[in-house]
Amino acid sequence: MDLQELINISRIPLPYSQKVIDLFRNPKNQGKMKNPTVIAVAGNPACGDMITFYMKINDQEVIEKITFESYGCAANIATASIVTEMVNGLNLKDTWKELSWKKVVEEVGGLPNVKSHCGILAVGAVKRGIRKYYQQKGLVPNWIPRGLTSEEKQALEEEELAEKLSKK
Amino acid sequence: MVENVKELIKAHEGIEYEVYLDNENSTKVPYEIIEEMLPYYNKQGYGNPTLTHKPGWEAFEIIMQSAQKIAKFMGAGIPEEITFTPGVTEANNLAIMGLALSKRNTRKRIVISEIEPLSVLHVSKMLEKFGFFVSKIQVDDEGFINLEKLKETVNRDVCLVSLATVNNEIGTIQPIKEAVEIVKDINADTIFHTDASDAFGRIELNVQNLNVDLASISSYKILGPRGIGALYTKEGLEIERILEGQIGTQKLWPGIENTPLIVGFTKASELTFQNFENKIKNITGLRDKLKEGIFERVSDVKLNGPGNEKRSPDNLNISILRCEGEALTIELSLRGVYVSSGSACSRRLLQPSHVLVAIGRKFSEAHGSILMKITRTHKKEDVDYVLEQVPKAVNRIRGIVGSTGVD
Repeated sequence: MDLQELINISRIPLPYSQKVIDLFRNPKNQGKMKNPTVIAVAGNPACGDMITFYMKINDQEVIEKITFESYGCAANIATASIVTEMVNGLNLKDTWKELSWKKVVEEVGGLPNVKSHCGILAVGAVKRGIRKYYQQKGLVPNWIPRGLTSEEKQALEEEELAEKLSKK
Repeated sequence: MVENVKELIKAHEGIEYEVYLDNENSTKVPYEIIEEMLPYYNKQGYGNPTLTHKPGWEAFEIIMQSAQKIAKFMGAGIPEEITFTPGVTEANNLAIMGLALSKRNTRKRIVISEIEPLSVLHVSKMLEKFGFFVSKIQVDDEGFINLEKLKETVNRDVCLVSLATVNNEIGTIQPIKEAVEIVKDINADTIFHTDASDAFGRIELNVQNLNVDLASISSYKILGPRGIGALYTKEGLEIERILEGQIGTQKLWPGIENTPLIVGFTKASELTFQNFENKIKNITGLRDKLKEGIFERVSDVKLNGPGNEKRSPDNLNISILRCEGEALTIELSLRGVYVSSGSACSRRLLQPSHVLVAIGRKFSEAHGSILMKITRTHKKEDVDYVLEQVPKAVNRIRGIVGSTGVD
């Protein structure tokens, strides 16, 4: 354990917004889906943060239905829930272009800085899901960049770091 | 930010019953203790105890009486061995830094364990910057220090060994007497410090019997007011001050003594040790009822720390698998049950509790940990209420988790 890291961090209270608490208490679109088109995951149990999205995508490439399961803190649950509401009914191209972690944070009425990564994880998972959908079809459209987006990258980094730390 | 917190507090409206179990991190102070403190703010002893007038002499008298009582409760010899500090954090810092400063030109190795509280871990880490070397003794899966390793590690270079008597998170009661014997056998000059804040008022503690040189205790851990603690320094042991300023009645801690807090701390000690055995029996009974009740009602629960009489009577620390700790603390809070968690999220870090990691808990297990501490003010009804709420809260959180996050 790097103690210097610990020394530099204080325990500020977590001022979750009313929206976060509302979504924590009554999450929308929660639960596993039967026969989804794509299952997208980000995070892992070692991080203490993990989100699974189940997406039903129709022939017009529109997200017809999306549900989530979340292993994580209140911010994790709230951001996953809001993401399902934000992308439900959108086509994949618009979802890719319009969904950003900043928008997610905005939609939940703001998040404490230390919790921004929950929004990043949720968006990273959705983007992974879209990538996976086209890879399964063997046809990746040109609006999907080859390299990972910042959210996908950060989700990957968090997973790798938690794996590394937990194996120490 | 403040607005958000107001909304959070408002979300708790309608709670009919509340049980506070986060006594590791702060406590409710019983009214009789506050009552005892009040006169010392403006009726008597409100003066500076070093000055020559009535309110000063009154302060001096009550501080000396308090030191005498605290000394007796700790099993110390004389009141001069007690230094009141603003808390156990300061007492631990004074013990470790003060001793290290006095030995800075001779011996430079400090031995601690990997599960010490942060006020021991961090100050040791800080001393490394000033040329000290810190060795950390490993613990087993119940948090017991490895005495063989201690024997191997302590050598002529070691100026200080610091091991807590009872671990604050998982309640492990360490074999401190044996540890002191091992250390003193190898090197009689090595100073032994123990953070006894989780032992004081829970198990029999006698610093002279244990033969420790320095011992820290805390007021709030026995339901006294926050902001006050004490360091026992064995008669004849010289350590250096770590703060400078006006020296009052105590040579190791400068500044004006906080008389009302010292009075509150002393009253809390008296209440703790009145009918001590009975109180501990009750606390143990309630803790066991809580533990057994949760294990009966909730599946996939693991106990963190020892399961027998080698565990502090007040402590219950469990890992609830497939249930993230911060989410659970919030869900329980909305139901009027206040606990803390060793999960990374709850601690605002990527890594969960260093104690749980040290005893070999997987990260995913540590993230689902909940710490609860029973005090002498809890009643059977409180435990019944908690046992009613915990399964409901766990079921709700596990409902959101579903199949994700399963290791």
